[in-house]
Amino acid sequence: MLSTKFTKKDDVVKTETDRKWWEIGDYFRRNSLWMLMYCTGCCAIELPPSMTAAYDMERLGMGPMATPRQADILLVSGYLSPKTLRRLIYTYEQMSEPRYVVALGSCPINGGIYHDSHVVINKLNQYIPVDVYVGGCMPNPESLLNGFVDLMQGIKNKTAMGWKRYHEHYDWYKANQKHSLGELIIHDEFHE
Amino acid sequence: MIGILIGIGIAFFGFVLQTSIGGINRKIVGRLQKRHGPRWYQEFIDIFKLLSKRSVCHGWIFDFGVIMALGGIIATAMFMPVTSSIVAFENYDNFFIYVYLLAVGMLGMAMSASGSGNPWASIGVMRALTTMLAYEVPFLIVALTILNLTDYSSLTDIMLYQQAAGNSWFLIALPLGGIVGVLALMGMLGKKPFETYIAPAEIASGPMVEYGGKQLGMLFIMHEITVFIEVSLFVHLFLGGASSIVEFLIKYFIVYTVVNLISNVNGRFKIDQVVVFFYKWPLFMAVTQAIIAIYFGWVI
Repeated sequence: MLSTKFTKKDDVVKTETDRKWWEIGDYFRRNSLWMLMYCTGCCAIELPPSMTAAYDMERLGMGPMATPRQADILLVSGYLSPKTLRRLIYTYEQMSEPRYVVALGSCPINGGIYHDSHVVINKLNQYIPVDVYVGGCMPNPESLLNGFVDLMQGIKNKTAMGWKRYHEHYDWYKANQKHSLGELIIHDEFHE
Repeated sequence: MIGILIGIGIAFFGFVLQTSIGGINRKIVGRLQKRHGPRWYQEFIDIFKLLSKRSVCHGWIFDFGVIMALGGIIATAMFMPVTSSIVAFENYDNFFIYVYLLAVGMLGMAMSASGSGNPWASIGVMRALTTMLAYEVPFLIVALTILNLTDYSSLTDIMLYQQAAGNSWFLIALPLGGIVGVLALMGMLGKKPFETYIAPAEIASGPMVEYGGKQLGMLFIMHEITVFIEVSLFVHLFLGGASSIVEFLIKYFIVYTVVNLISNVNGRFKIDQVVVFFYKWPLFMAVTQAIIAIYFGWVI
């Protein structure tokens, strides 16, 4: 699949000398999480109350961002079809590392109420690594914010390492993506 | 040598000052919307986080333009007087230096954004230059009126002129020109009615669409120093500058907060509305003010 050309497989091995810098960086990264919202399902309606005066996401340093390049979190809310999954993978691979994925609602976990549909992707974790699941159909803003706090704890404890897992098991993820989506051959007439 | 060190100190001071005041303003806006708001040092966390991330490269022009933008803006900030006594290069704080040198930073960013090849970035750059064309004309007419009245073009002399005449600020002495100054400042800062070239929901943050990680962090630093230059320019030209650093901090904070509060109760103009707006009332007020002040000599 051509979309994977942006990410190199190697050069993620950090030496021990970088460890201290990464701990300092982790402080900044967990206190300033910018999200890219990928709203395909109904769970997206829970985001406005969690961003505005009622729950105020900005006090945790979080906020919505316009493009994948600027974002840290990819928030997948709701079910995915093969068509949207392809765009989701393009978006995920455009984000700059370290990047985190939060799956909102029960659809990315097991398909939710659409589990028996032939056009719904059931397990998101097989295609891109998910760091935090917020279960429920649909989850409250409280549980959504709780999920973000869990993600911050995960960054602190170095358990939210999905982006590294994506590098290490890249072949497995890519095989799964190809299995579900098929190969896409783009004829780039400009460069050929 | 001492001048260069003071200049770099002023640029660093501007960065720290504007980043802190920007964070405090985010808190104020949060309270305005009945939210708790982020911490006051949130902007520092954002910038250091961006500098700690990995980023992609879209080619040589893309990287070089960011460095050129940051360098150009730091070079501009080095000439900016903070108070009437703290100036890095004596007699070089001419008004036209800022007009000329600010363009280096802006064009560096334009070059870099176009180098990314993203169509949103090109649209954003085009809109930014159009907005610049719109607010520069009324602002320059008012600024030239001030230069004509004071017979100086150095910012230090202009602020000493206002302080010597018993703090008769040009914001009050030239009321129409003062209004034009505030409107042009909002255009320069890209605040809400004139936020057309950022427009996150419409053209995905415009020129910044392809930036992420380190490049975006450098652009944030550049943006903070640009805001420092523009707000200080307004303070020195219209509010009588400052004789002590505390006075400067108070005036700076009030100007930026007022502009930010006006911004937060407004919607966004379309790009043609921006141009029509600036060429209608502000231009008319600026020309009227110039005629009244220069040919009739009616200055309050």
